Amino acid sequence: MTAVRHTGAEGFLQRFEGLRARLPGRRLPWLEALREDAARAFRAQGLPTRRVEAWKYTDLRPLGEAGFEEALSSIDGGQALPAAHGGGARAVLVDGRFRADLSALDGLPYAAGSVAAALPGLEGRIGAVAPAAALPMVALNAMLFEDGLLLTVPAGVPGGVLDLLSLASGGARPEAFHPRHLIRLEAGASLTLIETAMGPEHDGTTLHNPIYEIEVAEGATLVHARLQQEGRQGFHLSAVHARVAAGGTYDNFTLVAGARLTRNEIHIALTGPGASAHMNGAQLLAGGQHADTTTYLDHAAPGCASRQTYKTVLAGRSRGVFQGKILVRQAAQKTDGYQMNQALLLSPDAEMNSKPQLEIYADDVKCSHGATVGEIDHGQLFYLRSRGVPEAQARSLLIQAFLQEAVEGVTDETARAALGAAVSGWWEREALA
Amino acid sequence: MSLVIENLSAAVDGKPILNGITLAIPAGEIHAVMGPNGSGKSTLSYVLAGRDGYEVTGGIATFEGHDILAMEPEERAAAGLFLAFQYPVELPGVGNALFLRTALNAIRKHRGEPELDAMQFLKVARERMRTLNMTDEMLRRGVNVGFSGGEKKRNEVLQMALLQPRLAILDETDSGLDIDALKIVADGVNALRGPNFSALVITHYQRLLNYIVPDRVHVLLDGRIATSGGPELAQRLEAEGYATIQAEAA
Repeated sequence: MTAVRHTGAEGFLQRFEGLRARLPGRRLPWLEALREDAARAFRAQGLPTRRVEAWKYTDLRPLGEAGFEEALSSIDGGQALPAAHGGGARAVLVDGRFRADLSALDGLPYAAGSVAAALPGLEGRIGAVAPAAALPMVALNAMLFEDGLLLTVPAGVPGGVLDLLSLASGGARPEAFHPRHLIRLEAGASLTLIETAMGPEHDGTTLHNPIYEIEVAEGATLVHARLQQEGRQGFHLSAVHARVAAGGTYDNFTLVAGARLTRNEIHIALTGPGASAHMNGAQLLAGGQHADTTTYLDHAAPGCASRQTYKTVLAGRSRGVFQGKILVRQAAQKTDGYQMNQALLLSPDAEMNSKPQLEIYADDVKCSHGATVGEIDHGQLFYLRSRGVPEAQARSLLIQAFLQEAVEGVTDETARAALGAAVSGWWEREALA
Repeated sequence: MSLVIENLSAAVDGKPILNGITLAIPAGEIHAVMGPNGSGKSTLSYVLAGRDGYEVTGGIATFEGHDILAMEPEERAAAGLFLAFQYPVELPGVGNALFLRTALNAIRKHRGEPELDAMQFLKVARERMRTLNMTDEMLRRGVNVGFSGGEKKRNEVLQMALLQPRLAILDETDSGLDIDALKIVADGVNALRGPNFSALVITHYQRLLNYIVPDRVHVLLDGRIATSGGPELAQRLEAEGYATIQAEAA
């Protein structure tokens, strides 16, 4: 393979060279080796261009041109934080750095804290689910991560609801941060993690590049809702890597309402019999926003089920992308896979690209997928208006109805309510504005 | 006068469908428009309700003296006009209760009445639903989603009962109904009868008019009123079919 030359990668590599002596865990040989490997891989691959099939619809050139620097955390304890969704347990990261002073994690039946503070004991855990060199966004994170949320729910413990607040403080110059989150649910444990990513409040340019390494053990259930409402000049490049063991459930919902350019990759491997994955999401786009949801679902064991429902609403000149691949390995008999992605275009200048992909090697499987792109139905709109409902309100009802199916797919009530509120909030801000 | 239509012409995709309809409904009266398939019955109802794609090419239509053709559909509804659809539209993801309450509150707001909260609405809705033989289950489902033909029509009549229009246009509300459902629908319309309620009942068959007895019957042929008469005209059509009138009109 020829090396991809891209000036965008150079900036990040230079930053790595400049920072490496100060990065957390610099005296840990295994971590230094991991960062070196990542840098080598990133240097070889560069920032992906649209010539790479997996990046056909998302152009990262603006990212390479931004010239990011490390973030200078400037949010202090005096700042009002958004209300929590759960019972008050909260982990807060500012610019990708865990903030014990803003978090509320005392008295929990499980351990939650800073990745940076625990690094000496994390050999073999970092990179275990998301190999550093595999993907450019993971490699970028592996070179530069400083911190993240470290969370382990012990066997059999119901963890309740934890809020994860990820704030960008923003600065005069473009700032980048690359948190690495390590989440492990031991056998039979459960947790609902509701993540809200927001900021900066002014129009500072930021890059948020979080990587999640998630392990769901036998019979455990993790509900993971991500609400991304970042600033208008934000870049959000995330990758969730999850492994689900026998009888376990991973339920991911990702809401994209913010940032200028978003790419969310979700890689789930169902590794034990009877494991299941729910992957739902909504992309709510306006103006010149671009959002890309790319999912890889690996059915590696028999009798597993996966459900994916993704909805994209596009106003203005926005661009939406959905790429979803389901791989059913030969061993994965009795697989039940379903994938649906639908887009609603509110403007003639908006555009949606979708690419579903099934790759099936087992012979006794049930797998279906579908994709639709449409506009608001005139007959439905007229029906509502003929009952006296003003046009703007009628459109709002129909858009919320369109999104309803994806929100309903979320199994946890607290998470579902948080999503519902975020969806209506977006609509009131953007579409009725 | 409630509704006045004078020389109304309309086209769909450039093709003339209504070719100069004239009729007037005094306040408090129910008029029937009967006609064979393709005579323009549904087009008339859509033009009056303001659906896109139905181009008015001539004539006027006023409701209580207001030019309704210049109004948006929601303004017509707010003015007191209601169209019961021949094919009620399904709205997956929109709960029927939310839909009905949104519509009722939109109309109440226009009338200067306070909006109803979810509990107040439920009380009002249940009262109306009882007489229509509808269950609470139908409030929880998506609008018309999974409803049988009869349930859809009853849901239309429920909307009419809640919104209390002063002019109802019923577009083949009888189609697809068995006799029990037909009676329920007719009772719903008859319950609204009064000096401030008028209706235009559009139908292919005379059957509905046994239960909603009209003051006048108009026969629509080729986008024009071919003849008008009392309720006995409907009986005659039932016996003789449209052919005799078609021959007379030719």
